[in-house]
Amino acid sequence: MVEFFATLNNSGFSYNLLSDLQNMWQYTFMQHALEVGTIVAVVAGIVGYFVVTRRLSFAAHALSHVGFAGAAGAVLIGVNPLTGLLVFTSAGGLAMAALGKRAASRDVQIGTVLAFMMGLGVLFINLYKGYATEAYSILFGEILGISKTDVLITLAMGLLILLIMAIVYRRLLFSSLDEDVSEAKGISVLGISILFMLLIAIATSIAVQVVGVLLIFALMVTPAAIAQRLAHKPSQGIIISVITALLATWFGLFMAFYIPYPVSFFITSSVFTVYILVRIFQSIGHSKTSIDESISVTS
Amino acid sequence: MNNNTLSEIITSEDLSAAYKSKVIWEHANISVKKGEFIGLLGPNGAGKTTMFRLLLGLSKPSSGTLKIFNEEPKKGNIRIGYVPQRRFIDTENKIESLEYVRLGISGTRFGFNLPKHASKERKMALDTLTSIDALNLAYRPLSELSGGEMQRIFLAQALIGKPDLLLLDEPLANLDIRRESELIRLVNNVVKHQNVAVLLIAHDINPLLPFVDRIIYIANGRVASGTPGEIVTSKRLTALYNAPIEVLKGSKGQLAVLGIEEAVHNHG
Repeated sequence: MVEFFATLNNSGFSYNLLSDLQNMWQYTFMQHALEVGTIVAVVAGIVGYFVVTRRLSFAAHALSHVGFAGAAGAVLIGVNPLTGLLVFTSAGGLAMAALGKRAASRDVQIGTVLAFMMGLGVLFINLYKGYATEAYSILFGEILGISKTDVLITLAMGLLILLIMAIVYRRLLFSSLDEDVSEAKGISVLGISILFMLLIAIATSIAVQVVGVLLIFALMVTPAAIAQRLAHKPSQGIIISVITALLATWFGLFMAFYIPYPVSFFITSSVFTVYILVRIFQSIGHSKTSIDESISVTS
Repeated sequence: MNNNTLSEIITSEDLSAAYKSKVIWEHANISVKKGEFIGLLGPNGAGKTTMFRLLLGLSKPSSGTLKIFNEEPKKGNIRIGYVPQRRFIDTENKIESLEYVRLGISGTRFGFNLPKHASKERKMALDTLTSIDALNLAYRPLSELSGGEMQRIFLAQALIGKPDLLLLDEPLANLDIRRESELIRLVNNVVKHQNVAVLLIAHDINPLLPFVDRIIYIANGRVASGTPGEIVTSKRLTALYNAPIEVLKGSKGQLAVLGIEEAVHNHG
């Protein structure tokens, strides 16, 4: 795909953003990429905020690896890889949630399953005797090769996640920030963690199309980690997380259209850069504010 | 205080608690009246938190009856405010304290928050913080507060729903002596001015003695309750803890207990 890009009829940046975007929009594959990229960034930004708040980032990472086996298995038996991803990550998410609320934070157990699933995926890819590009695109994302069907599946899954989030938002937030109290207040901690693991599973599956199994952190964790450091209210945090994921995705697509490097490289490096900058500015700012500790109390 | 005019909000008869098939404590007959300040004491692992779990409807008694507000305990009882033992607060998280307090009323709701409700909730949260003299903490991230300040936020979160009963699990843990006494005074004010009954779990009885109306002791599988004068005697405490404990009396009748810390640590 990268080589294919180089052959496209574009002469690089024209310093006219509008005509650049028009140029990009001519291509169906770019339209699909922008559509899926946008849906995924919004969903990953929202779900990711809770992934980080609930300290489930490793579990989310592991789920995407479980998805690798699913996608590779689907390729082997001639099914849409996205379907394989959804089935495997959902099953993995349910299993993790059912094993108890603490299971999702056990690195060793999760890591063991993760390695096994990756091994299984390697076997499936090998049995397929197909092209290494299949494995490559599952591992690192292939947003430029997305079909119309995948766009529609992504849209449906994205809307489903947004709908569920809108309903359970406050309960999920309460149980994420304050599990013991929320339980005493009558929220089913197990129920909400099963539901949320399913949401992670679906979000991960559709995000794999953009950044791949191995780079899932870039969309599901890093934007939310940036948001968590900046936001003083959960709603702010979600907005910052979504905007970061969106800008990184759009930036990645735009850059990759003109420079023959992978989209996922641009996405991961842009969120990484923002994360580092935020940390640096905060450590500078922190040493300042700790000197004049004045807190304004206004309502 | 005239106890006869106060209504009972917790009563238990021959109540027993068990974990799996192992009895934690049994034959507890306790009662708590509206507006009482009660210290719940006993060694580690004696089953103090278990008592809270029963009251919150999170666990079932193995036998006996327990009534709270004349009903069986149930999950999500809005008349109870609960502050669990030390919670993990992610230092990377910069959510301001006010948001945590708000969750005390909004956290169990479904659907989105309308702006009108949100500002009403914020006002309630600010009022609650004002009532416990913690308004200055409202916009500071919870993760950057000291232990004593955090306890104030947790207390506000438990109080925002205007409960009739507060369950505080080890709020004094990890506080220095000054913060400890500040927090006890604060809780005592809440009891006296908002007519809320408080059950407070603590390790050390001494800082509580000047304030509590009664004490419930849980030790060695038994539950005893009484006024400080009744229960804080060398004989009863030695029997409860199964370790030598001395009670000293000051010239003004103040009590001080020696040996509990050692007994607690030996039970470990």
